[in-house]
Amino acid sequence: MTTAVLELSGVGKTYPAPSTVTALDGIDLVIGAGETVAITGASGAGKSTLLSILGTLERPTRGTVRIAGADVSALSDPELSDVRATRLGFVFQQFFLLEHLSVLDNVATGLLYRGVPARARRERAAEALYEVGLADRIGHRAGQLSGGERQRVAIARAIAGRPAVLLADEPTGNLDSATGAEITALLAGLADGDTTVVLITHNADVAAAMRRQVHLSDGRIVRDTGGES
Amino acid sequence: MARLRPADAIRLATGGLRARRVRSALSALGIAIAVAAVVAVLGIARSTQADLLTQLGEQGNLLTVASAESVNGRGVPLPLSAEPMIARIPPVRTVTAVATVENVSVRRSRAIPAVQTGGMNVLAAEPSLPAALSVQPLLGRFLDGTAEHYPVTVLGFEAARILGIGSLAAPTQILLGEHWFTVAGVLAPVAVAPEIDLAALITFGQAGTVFGRTAGPSRIYLRADPDQVAAVAAVLTATTVPDGAGDVQVRRPSDLLVARIAAKGAFVGLFLGLGGVALLIAGVGIANIMVISVLERRGEIGLRRALGARRRHVAAQFLLESTLLATIGGVLGIGLGVLATAVAARLGGNPVAIPPVALAAGLGAALLAGALAGLYPAIRAARLSPVEALRSVG
Ligand SMILES: Nc1ncnc2c1ncn2[C@@H]1O[C@H](COP(=O)(O)OP(=O)(O)O)[C@@H](O)[C@H]1O
Ligand SMILES: [Mg+2]
Repeated sequence: MTTAVLELSGVGKTYPAPSTVTALDGIDLVIGAGETVAITGASGAGKSTLLSILGTLERPTRGTVRIAGADVSALSDPELSDVRATRLGFVFQQFFLLEHLSVLDNVATGLLYRGVPARARRERAAEALYEVGLADRIGHRAGQLSGGERQRVAIARAIAGRPAVLLADEPTGNLDSATGAEITALLAGLADGDTTVVLITHNADVAAAMRRQVHLSDGRIVRDTGGES
Repeated sequence: MARLRPADAIRLATGGLRARRVRSALSALGIAIAVAAVVAVLGIARSTQADLLTQLGEQGNLLTVASAESVNGRGVPLPLSAEPMIARIPPVRTVTAVATVENVSVRRSRAIPAVQTGGMNVLAAEPSLPAALSVQPLLGRFLDGTAEHYPVTVLGFEAARILGIGSLAAPTQILLGEHWFTVAGVLAPVAVAPEIDLAALITFGQAGTVFGRTAGPSRIYLRADPDQVAAVAAVLTATTVPDGAGDVQVRRPSDLLVARIAAKGAFVGLFLGLGGVALLIAGVGIANIMVISVLERRGEIGLRRALGARRRHVAAQFLLESTLLATIGGVLGIGLGVLATAVAARLGGNPVAIPPVALAAGLGAALLAGALAGLYPAIRAARLSPVEALRSVG
């Protein structure tokens, strides 16, 4: 068995009034180092909420979250920022590239909040771009790229800091199926380098490319194909 | 440990501004105009007021005596004895007299009608005038002893300007009445005695022999010991007309300067107030576009939080952007203000004097406006929850 990098026990999230929606309820989930996990479920099932809590972007209303063994509920807001900067990488459906920057500088931004000097950031960013197969696009503006290329840039930005965990919320949602398959293969391949990958998807093929599938319904896990918990 | 290096924070701010060039330039321009107004007002005020203030210091002990009576619209001359009597008052240091030579036109040539004299007139003056009024010739020399016997004149500053005499390199003559006089010199402006500025000065000797003007002086200028000015003023009437036959008017011309400085001060205050309002408006403009910017860039803010930015890193980014914007505007405004001051001083014939405090105040005001304008948007950006920020896009 591998060491657990993400551990959720009894996690629940109820949004405050006026909505008082319970987006998550009684989530127990342990994800080990190097696992690839697809989170599936209908729209509104609580997938994004789960990913946000895994990524410390949001705090749960109940239960505990441990990242690399440390209980994050004890951490202050700035400390949570530091956890994200050093241990986590994010990829989103909307890419969130900074249009006015070059591809290289977009990727280097992934290291900005770690205090890495500018030169070292760029060197590492160039490596990350090579890893995602975009070495030839280094000097381009983000605005000049195709959708698949944009998502590759976003992935390079997420992995530039070599995070322990990569969290992706519907990374292929804005891409055609062929391009989506390439991106999925790229993400699945990252796990070989010991990076844990957790992604949300609606697409069965994308989900199948991950070694483990977790299915959510109404804020609860209703199916889990693997895991040691 | 998540840390944003200071150099990176500045790079972020400049990048943010460069990404929205037109908007940034327009907001900076607003600040620039306001700062330029402040710098120019302070600069122009200093350039002209400096001059007035030094004059005030020098001219505080100057008094004038003139007849308060007139017959058929003409001033009655003072007694011939008045000047020597005044000179005998112990605290009086210098004294000089002038006499208006009535009905004599001042012209460049006969081609100009005698009625068009532009407010200029002919004054008989004594060689002691420059010392008594603390005025130096700008060009040539003042009237001396030999001028008593020759048709020689010295022009006041305004008179020379009206006649178009800017140089005495070539012998220059003007017509006083129907008589040619050689221009021997041109005086610097005399703020306390504007009547001198508009005069063609000749000697009392020439006034008598050429124009038959032999009565007493029309005005006497005197300087007293500075701490005895009031005492001297009190006895001047009795000294000038001991028999009480006739009334005289005693004036302290520096009161004129005080009034002028006060008027200028009021204008400076007014324009500074307007500059302040302009700065306020420019600041509100910056705050406005920064708030819009925060709304538009929620996705970017969410992304940065996901990449590990702390709340204060986000706040710093927006605060720096607005401060940098205002600073660029401030520097531009100082440049414009200095330029405006230089042009105004040149046109007014004053030296360019830009007080360093105006530059500091201009830049400081811009910085402050930028920081204050950026504060609220920066706090809003920092308060945004990462999830909400990310959810707002797409
Ligand atoms: N900020 C919020 N306030 C109130 N309700 C929310 C908020 N965010 C999400 N929800 C609700 O929580 C539920 C789960 O949302 P989400 O995690 O985004 O689902 P999914 O990503 O699976 O589509 C939904 O019913 C949604 O409306
Ligand atoms: Mg979702």
